[in-house]
Amino acid sequence: MNAKRIDKIARYAIQTMVAIVALILLALLSYILINGLPNASIDFIFKPSEAIKAGGGIRDQLFNSIYLLVLSMVISLPLALGAGIYLAEFAPNNWLTRLVKTLIEILSSLPSIVVGLFIYLLVVIKWQVGFSILSGAIALTVFNLPLLTSSIQNAFEAVDHKQLEAGLALGMSPWKTIKGVILPITVPSVVMAIILASGRIFGEAAALIYTSGQSAPRLDYGNLNPFSPTSPLNVMRPAETLAVHIWKLNTEGLTADSDAVSAAASAVLIIVVLLFNLMAHYLGNKLERKLTGKK
Amino acid sequence: MKAKAKNQLLKASKATKENVIGQVITFLCATIIVTLTLAIIFFVASRGIRAFVVDHISLGQFLTGSEWNPGTKNAQGQPIAGSLPMIIGSFGVTLLAALIATPFSLAIGIYMTEYASKRMRRLIQPMIELFTGVPSVVYGFTGLMVIVPITRKLFGGTGFGILPGALVLFVMILPTITSMVVDTLQRIPVSFRQAALALGATKWQSIYLIVLRASIPGILTAIIFGMARAFGEALAVQMVIGNSPLLPTNLVSPTATLTSQLTSQIGNTIMNSVENDALWALALVLLLMSLVFNLVAKWIGKRGELK
Repeated sequence: MNAKRIDKIARYAIQTMVAIVALILLALLSYILINGLPNASIDFIFKPSEAIKAGGGIRDQLFNSIYLLVLSMVISLPLALGAGIYLAEFAPNNWLTRLVKTLIEILSSLPSIVVGLFIYLLVVIKWQVGFSILSGAIALTVFNLPLLTSSIQNAFEAVDHKQLEAGLALGMSPWKTIKGVILPITVPSVVMAIILASGRIFGEAAALIYTSGQSAPRLDYGNLNPFSPTSPLNVMRPAETLAVHIWKLNTEGLTADSDAVSAAASAVLIIVVLLFNLMAHYLGNKLERKLTGKK
Repeated sequence: MKAKAKNQLLKASKATKENVIGQVITFLCATIIVTLTLAIIFFVASRGIRAFVVDHISLGQFLTGSEWNPGTKNAQGQPIAGSLPMIIGSFGVTLLAALIATPFSLAIGIYMTEYASKRMRRLIQPMIELFTGVPSVVYGFTGLMVIVPITRKLFGGTGFGILPGALVLFVMILPTITSMVVDTLQRIPVSFRQAALALGATKWQSIYLIVLRASIPGILTAIIFGMARAFGEALAVQMVIGNSPLLPTNLVSPTATLTSQLTSQIGNTIMNSVENDALWALALVLLLMSLVFNLVAKWIGKRGELK
């Protein structure tokens, strides 16, 4: 066989394989949406779930997912920002910094179930916090910190070093330059990193089944007293999230219409992740244009 | 008067103080992450080691035994905790998934960097990103609804087992490996390709002999990362593997992985009981494997740099 024929065959083989993957992914997406969307009515989203009877919704689970996402972001963003800035701007190039970077890499590659079990051991059992939003938010923070830190670190390292030098030459302290000059430049990439991390957090379940728990007590949305067990704001109540709900429906199988509910919940989950993705691109581009004056 | 002036001149300015405070605060943030990592390793290890030290599970039996029943004791008075089924299950799904995913990832990577038009690239890139973000329970649910019935029809039995687990993981790690492969291929300078074409090589020869050879370290790292993700994935696998800690007799017999055993059992055991400690020993294996994957990726990266 001559080289030209091999070239042609290789080209066709590659195109076929790409087509196969595209078909698999499209089939996956359409399977979830076609099976899920007919059941995912507005009513489904706003009515409480049922443990055994058919016809349950996902109201409380959806709220729990959003609440946990916000809480864990509130804890992890300042930490990740601080650590990212330290690693990008202040860290000296020595063995200690290399060790810190390696440990952060290790943390990011730990299975999320291990992170969940660690928080279960330490917070849920040792500190006797119990299955709660608080334990879940801590678990998600640990799960989220390493990746968010390294994206923020990358964002700061991507800024031209001349910006820092110019600031220093004007007599500003490094901290002032970072705060006043470099931080604003990184805003678009940091915002993108936050939104992508949010998508990851929203779909995470393995770290949550033994931290925020697998039960969703019915909430009273009129009750805003954060210490009442039926209040949505209470951080000490157990809280099943949307992703955990899908897992639980399929492993315990007590609910009569578990297939329909999980299909609909999966569709909602996919759409939320899709929205996060679109938002990240849109906001990232828009902020970059606005802050840097680029066209 | 003189003392006061001297003091004012030598005192650190407000900006200097702020600078020091800023450095200290950001350093503390980094320290917190480091402490967390060390704490996880320490706690999981100390719990896992308990199974061997306090409950006298023998390490040899733990690694080679094929019966998992830590609540009962064998003739020597040691708890029966053979984790071989879970270890084989975990490695089985991981290797199989990586084996299927790698050629497809390479094909997409090559297509994106060498063949695709700009418009196609703009279409595929966000697709890959989207599928990286799809939650694992959704993959698990789809696997349970679509793949398990198919394997049941084709091979009989329950349909649960290593094959559906590997197929679910294949779709899950495909975007992870692909996006890293694309990054690697893009980093190969255009001049390499131009040089090959100028010597009369066909496009495929330039890809196969030059571009792919030059990116071997990057491709290997991508596969390792994909495998690490597959090895640690819990819920998607747990939903389709069958969850019975038995040695797999074939690819469609119900078995368990380290992660599936942990997720389905740890809630049913009491802290400090033998059953619970044995499960923590599984978690320790999981932790150690994740460290190994990290080390291998680092080693490959270092070797790749030298060339």
